[in-house]
Amino acid sequence: MAQRGIREFDGKRIIAKNWKDYLGDVFEYQFRSVLVGPETDFEKLPEENPWLLETPLVAKPDMLFGKRGKLGLVLFKINKPGDVNYQDAVNWIKQKMQEEVEINGVKGHLTHFLIEPFIPHKPEEEYYIAFSMGDEGDTVYMSAFGGIDVEENWDKVSEVLIPPNATDEEIENLIKSNIPKEIEDKEKYGDFVIRAYKMQRDLHFVYFEVNPLVMVGNKVYLLDFVGKVDDTASFVAGKKWGELDFPSGFGRDLTPEEKYIKELDEKSGSSLKLTILNPEGRIWTLVAGGGASVVYADTVADMSYVSELANYGEYSGNPTRTETREYVKTVLDLLTRNKHPSGKPKILLIGGAIANFTDVAKTFDGIIDAFKEYAEKMRQVGIRIYVRRGGPNYEVGLKKIKQVATELGLPIEVYGPELHMTDIVRKALEEEKVA
Amino acid sequence: MNKPDYLLFDKNTKAIFWNLNTAAIQRMLDYDYVVGRSPSITAIVAPTSERSFEKFFYGTREIVIPIYRSTKEAAKFHPEADVLLNFASFRTAYPVTLEAFEIPQIKTVIITAEGIPERYARDMRIKAKQRGKWIIGPATVGGITPGAFRIANTGGTIENIIASKLHRAGSVGLATRSGGLFNELSNIISRNADGVAEGIAIGGDRFPGTDFLDHILRFEQNPQVKFMVLLGEVGGEAEYRVIEAVKNGLIKKPVIGWCIGTISKFFGGEVQFGHAGAKAGADRETADAKNRAMREVGIHVPNNFNELPHVIKGIYEMLRGEGKIAPVVEPEVPPIPEDINKAIKEGKVRKGTNFICTISDDRGEEATYCGLPISEVIEKGLSIADVVGLLWFKRKFPTWASGFIDMVIKVVADHGPAVSGAHNTRVTARAGKDLMSSLATGILTIGPRFGGAIDGAAKYFKMAFEKKMSPADFVEYMKSVEKIPIPGIGHRIKSTKNPDKRVELLKDYARRNFPKIELLGYALEVEKVTTSKKENLILNVDGTIGVLLVDMFRELGYTDKDIDGLIEAGAFNAFFVLGRSIGFIGHYLDEKRLDMPMYRHPTDDILYDVKRPEGF
Repeated sequence: MAQRGIREFDGKRIIAKNWKDYLGDVFEYQFRSVLVGPETDFEKLPEENPWLLETPLVAKPDMLFGKRGKLGLVLFKINKPGDVNYQDAVNWIKQKMQEEVEINGVKGHLTHFLIEPFIPHKPEEEYYIAFSMGDEGDTVYMSAFGGIDVEENWDKVSEVLIPPNATDEEIENLIKSNIPKEIEDKEKYGDFVIRAYKMQRDLHFVYFEVNPLVMVGNKVYLLDFVGKVDDTASFVAGKKWGELDFPSGFGRDLTPEEKYIKELDEKSGSSLKLTILNPEGRIWTLVAGGGASVVYADTVADMSYVSELANYGEYSGNPTRTETREYVKTVLDLLTRNKHPSGKPKILLIGGAIANFTDVAKTFDGIIDAFKEYAEKMRQVGIRIYVRRGGPNYEVGLKKIKQVATELGLPIEVYGPELHMTDIVRKALEEEKVA
Repeated sequence: MNKPDYLLFDKNTKAIFWNLNTAAIQRMLDYDYVVGRSPSITAIVAPTSERSFEKFFYGTREIVIPIYRSTKEAAKFHPEADVLLNFASFRTAYPVTLEAFEIPQIKTVIITAEGIPERYARDMRIKAKQRGKWIIGPATVGGITPGAFRIANTGGTIENIIASKLHRAGSVGLATRSGGLFNELSNIISRNADGVAEGIAIGGDRFPGTDFLDHILRFEQNPQVKFMVLLGEVGGEAEYRVIEAVKNGLIKKPVIGWCIGTISKFFGGEVQFGHAGAKAGADRETADAKNRAMREVGIHVPNNFNELPHVIKGIYEMLRGEGKIAPVVEPEVPPIPEDINKAIKEGKVRKGTNFICTISDDRGEEATYCGLPISEVIEKGLSIADVVGLLWFKRKFPTWASGFIDMVIKVVADHGPAVSGAHNTRVTARAGKDLMSSLATGILTIGPRFGGAIDGAAKYFKMAFEKKMSPADFVEYMKSVEKIPIPGIGHRIKSTKNPDKRVELLKDYARRNFPKIELLGYALEVEKVTTSKKENLILNVDGTIGVLLVDMFRELGYTDKDIDGLIEAGAFNAFFVLGRSIGFIGHYLDEKRLDMPMYRHPTDDILYDVKRPEGF
């Protein structure tokens, strides 16, 4: 992993934590935000944050997706803007947690929300700033027209490229000379942008956007924040971040099996990934390696069987025998729940490229363990197994798996590097057509 | 060092390996041996290692590679090295690379670490371009120039390298992003063409130090490369730079290209296929769009991955037909000496052992004492004496025997500071020496005159008893034949009227617990004879222990001959050595606590009688 979206709450928390080092001698920022999740005790929350009962509030989901205003997911008024009290916010959040919503074509549930004070302000006090990281350097985006319509006003956004080796002086000159003409107090705005740029750079943000940014005198309000950090930099910036988790964001709710593998993956030094595409599908894959797993999925789709592709996943990084067994069992459990409606046997593709230094025999031991446990169910549901793998000790692994599967009465075909990697897909599906 | 710019590595390339990664270095040297070049690693950098060299195999021969604390130092002593294999962790790979950039002779840096912060990766890439250096990586297995230079683990096992023809140059330039599919691609190329001329895995990071295009432009200039294979991925723009170059005529050699991840169109953004970075930010970045764009500029794009081998074969045969590719003369491959440990493990060879051990085993999950895991020894409440039984005599002693040994150890543990061993220990400790030296000087005094009576008593009493000598005959025999006092008889202070309490306790224990005490009975008869001559000629502690040990071993089923063997080997004396070591350590610790100065023997306690040699 590298670039990870963070919650708006965490973004503002990190900014507040580092404010005095970069902005504090000129600008003021009061960090008032609470993050609400399924476990939150709404009774206790105001005890720690008394302002919740004292000011009008805004509430919105904090789950890494944008355009919340346009989606109608920002609560800032009941009858008129700025009349939302704590109870209103709690009621609204509880109701939204119940509903299934669709965001960018994905259905799921909202789980995390942000509550903040409502900040009354004039449109001319709204600005836009953003920083992104690209091949040639960092780009600074500046505009006098912040708010939800910034994309419509993109022609008024000034973009300036900061080369990675630029000196402080060069950075300052580049930013100052590119401040949009519509901004009245160019000096103040420019000063803020320069300081914010250095802060987010040192904190290893790869994307940093405040929209709108409200400036009243030297008081700064970050009404909406979107950020991504480079999680590999945690050994450099982790202390400055404080405790930071990387939520997977809004998405389809994970199935129990996907959740189980995700937990297994998080505990392991190896990589274990599982996504269920279609639990009723006939074609199941157990593929070693990130690249190879994609190629297998590509090939199934290319042969027009994408609708029958049941899962996507991969295991790599030399998982232990136990981890492999648990992974394979999870897949076999799903595979053996029902017979396919067509009555045809299911297809299990055990694939992989030629490994560098993963002991193939060892990983296959984990697969064999799972076979032994699920043999009866596999026979009942009907199955054809195709294996292709290369690398250290592959001959031993292939021989073993073939022998065990045959003893267990499971039809199996086994190939090494002499067969093109994805040819087992073709073999499996062509026999399919003949049958 | 004189090689054209389009080559990063040739048969003479020498590299510095940053990190003492012995397995990877050995794999490189194995490769060097197989392709018949000199060792490619000339120095190792390991800032925290205390060693100044490490041994490796080159074929069957062992060679030594020096270890330095910094790249600068290594480079100074090895001016022939122009490649740095930066195997530092993600935390240190960045500063290590920057250091290498300052060393003029280093032209190419390979960075393997995954998880280098993107800002650092981008910075390395830009600095490399400015200084005219090459980076391969980060987050890569590296690459290979078949027949010349292998980067670390690229290509996998030697068997796979030979099977995939990565041990000699073919005609194909290979560039991939994925390291996991690198071997697979080499395999496909060896089966459908004549093998790889040079292969590079650029690495999966967002900011690879060098891109597809950088390497493909080198391949274009390299006359060994006749056509190229590019394996791209969904996400990013790198493939488009190659497409542009083909379009602009910068690349004229045939290019075969394929981007993996065509599946993603069926699932939108909902499913993450492949690694986290492999996601299309825009339609342009999808695998389908890139495959289409490649096809449009004349890159040979298969319809799917299954067809890739056929396309490679087609281009290869076409170029063969045109006479552009000459047949490869397969070089002879020397047999690769197998690692002895691996071969033994696999049951391929056998080797006689030099040592045999029948008392303990440290190979399993837990070490065992005579087959008993140590935890079992503790859990079953075995005593120190039981452990002595297991490790010295390979027996679980019955309780009465363990009880006796325990008593023996206690009884012999110390006899005050004046005896030779304790005195020596103390003198040595006061000379400022350590525990080992002090204890050793004490133990070294144990012998025929000090502590040795246990052995002696056991030996002579046993002999006399076996020969059925009468006690009086035995006393006479010792006097006139052996001409020594009877070992185990006699005490400085104790006598029949003032018996030694320790002896009484030992005898009492034996009477109550030993099944039989024949030799003790005999010894007591002898004592009657000796004490009738002089009151203090009693059976002393050493004598009692000696004869009772004989009785004990007899009852444990040892034959007379076995027992003679034990005595001969010093096993009886061993009880004294073990017990008395407790005392010696006590004397040593006492001296350390007291911190007394060095001991110098007073001159008035020495009779000086020194004369010049006669006539000198």
